[in-house]
Amino acid sequence: MSRQSESLLSVGIIGSGIAGLITALALKEKGYFVHLYEKTKHLGEGTCSWFAGGMIAPWCERDGADDIIRDRGVEALEWWERHYEGTVKAGSLVLSAARDRSEVIRFGRCTQEHQTVNEDSLNRLEPDLCGRFQEGLFYPREAHIDPRLALPALEMRLKNAGGVVSRDVEVQAEELKEDIIVDCRGLAARTDLPKLRGVRGEMIRIQTRDIHFKRPIRLLHPRQPVYVVPRDKDILMVGATSIETDCQAPITVRSAYDLLEAVQRLHPALGEASIIEASAGVRPAFPDNIPDIEQHGRIIYANGLYRHGFLLSPWCARKVVEQIQAQEGAVA
Amino acid sequence: MSLKLYGCDISSRLLLGTARYPSPAMLKEAIQAAKVEIVTVSLRRESLGLQNEQRAGQSFWSLIQQSGARVLPNTAGCHSVREAVKTAHMAREIMGTNWIKLEVIADDMALNPDVFGLVEAARILNEDGFKVFPYTTTDLGVGERLMQAGCHLLMPWAAPIGSGQGLSDRNALKAYRRHFETVPLIIDAGIGRPSQATEAMELGYDALLLNSAVAKSGNPVLMAQAFRQSVRAGRDAYLAGPIEPYEGAMPSSPMIGRAYLS
Repeated sequence: MSRQSESLLSVGIIGSGIAGLITALALKEKGYFVHLYEKTKHLGEGTCSWFAGGMIAPWCERDGADDIIRDRGVEALEWWERHYEGTVKAGSLVLSAARDRSEVIRFGRCTQEHQTVNEDSLNRLEPDLCGRFQEGLFYPREAHIDPRLALPALEMRLKNAGGVVSRDVEVQAEELKEDIIVDCRGLAARTDLPKLRGVRGEMIRIQTRDIHFKRPIRLLHPRQPVYVVPRDKDILMVGATSIETDCQAPITVRSAYDLLEAVQRLHPALGEASIIEASAGVRPAFPDNIPDIEQHGRIIYANGLYRHGFLLSPWCARKVVEQIQAQEGAVA
Repeated sequence: MSLKLYGCDISSRLLLGTARYPSPAMLKEAIQAAKVEIVTVSLRRESLGLQNEQRAGQSFWSLIQQSGARVLPNTAGCHSVREAVKTAHMAREIMGTNWIKLEVIADDMALNPDVFGLVEAARILNEDGFKVFPYTTTDLGVGERLMQAGCHLLMPWAAPIGSGQGLSDRNALKAYRRHFETVPLIIDAGIGRPSQATEAMELGYDALLLNSAVAKSGNPVLMAQAFRQSVRAGRDAYLAGPIEPYEGAMPSSPMIGRAYLS
C-alpha cells in the first residue's frame, strides 16, 4: 500500500465549489496527494454552489435539457448517499394548477421513473398541500441535500481523509508544484475557456412554521415555473431564475416578484412566510449546457456544470480521476 | 419563387423565435437543421444586461449571431406605444438592423395585440425609418390601418401565443388572405404541430413564425426539421392547387373503355 502511495501523483485543485470539492474527495479516495486551493476566505463565498437548490434529480432535470444530464446524473444518487449523511431520499414531486395540466403531461412525457399520483397519494406524500392539487408526478428515486450543510461536511471529510485545504490564497495553475492541476474555478476560468458563459440564477429563502414539505416540489407553469426545496429550521428555498447574463448584481425586483408570486400559487399560506434571504449567483455553462472536461498540458479543466453542480459533480469527478489514472498508467 | 420581405429575398418560409430552448447550442442546431434564415430575438434582460453592464448578456447574443441567421428583433412584452417605440430604437442600435417585429400587448394573460397601440406605434416607427413586422389579429380593418401606417407586410395570429391550438379561426385566416391578396402575410403565433403549419401554408400564407412548438418539444432539432418539411409541403400544395372536396366517390380509373368480363 505504501509503495503504491509513493508512486501516485500529487494533484492541486483550484476552486472549492461543489465541482472542486467532489473532485478533491474522489482523488483522495484513490490515494492521491490532494491540495485544494480556494481564493475566498469563507466557505460559500464567491461560489454559485452556495445558492443551489441541491436537488439530486436526474429524471426531473431531463426537462428542458438533454438525455446526457440524466445519464450522467444517475450515479450521483449513490454518491451522495455514501458521502453525505444529510442526503434525504424522499423523491420529488411535480405539480401544476389544474388549468396548466398540459405542462404536467409534457413534463411526464419527456421524463422517466415517475408515477402519476392522485389527490389521495398527494395528501399522504405532502399533508400540508392537502386538497390543493388533484394530480401530479412523483419521482420516488430522487433525493435532495442542503448545499450549505453539505459543502462544509464534504470539506471536513476531505480534511479528515488527509486532503489539504488552503483558503484565502489566489493561485495560478502554472505556478503550482503539484504534478497535475484540476481547474474547477467555474466562470473565473473563462479566460482559458472562451466558450464558457454565465447564466444568472436568483433564489429566495423563506421561513414559516405553518407549511412543511418533505421533498422538493416543482410547480410547473407556462411562464413562471418555480421549485421549493425544504431546509432545516422551517426554511424553504425557492428557486430559481435563469437569465442569459453574467451580471452579479443583487436580485431584481421583477425576479423576486416572479418567484414570490409563484410560490404563493403552491400554497397561499406561504404568503405569510418571512423572507430571510434573496440572492443571485452566476452559473458557468458551455453553449450546450453540458459539463465538459478538457486538458491543456498538465491542467485539467472541469467546468460548465450550469444548473447541475450537485447532480453532475460526481460524474465529473469520476471522469477526472479516470483521466489522471490513464495518464499515470501511460507513464508507468 | 422566393419571398420578398422589405426588398430582401428570403428563401426559407419558416421563421424561428429564440426563447426557451434547452441550450444556446441546441437553438443554433435547430436554426441550421431547418435552414432558417430569420430569427426573432427579444430585446430584454438577456441582450441588454442588468444595470447597464454592457458586456453582461453578450455570450448569448454572440451565439445567436454565429448561427448566421438574419436577426429580427421584437418588442415582446411591451404594453404601450412609448415602450414599444423605445425598445425598437434600442434594438436598432444594439442589433444593427432596422427590422422590427412590433408587438404591443393588451393583456398579459391573453397576450393579444393592443391593435390601437399597434397602429400608432407602427406609424411612428415607419416614419423613423424602421421596417415594421406587425403582430396583429385577423381583423381586416386593423390590417388596412397598418398598411396605411406604412407596413409592407402583416403578421396575423393563428391562435394565442404559445397555445399550440393551430388555426383557431380558419375562415378568418382565409378571408384575410383573400383580402390582402398581394401583401406578404406571415402567420405569427399559435401553431403547435407541423400539420397545422401545412394547413396554414395551404391557405396561401407566405411564411410562418414559431417558437414554443419547436423550443419546448422533446427534440427541438428534429421538430425544427419536421416544421421545415411541413411548411414546404403546404407551400408546394398551395402552388400546385389542391382539388376541391366532392360529395360522394370519384373513380380514379377512367370508366370508358373498361373491359366487360362476363
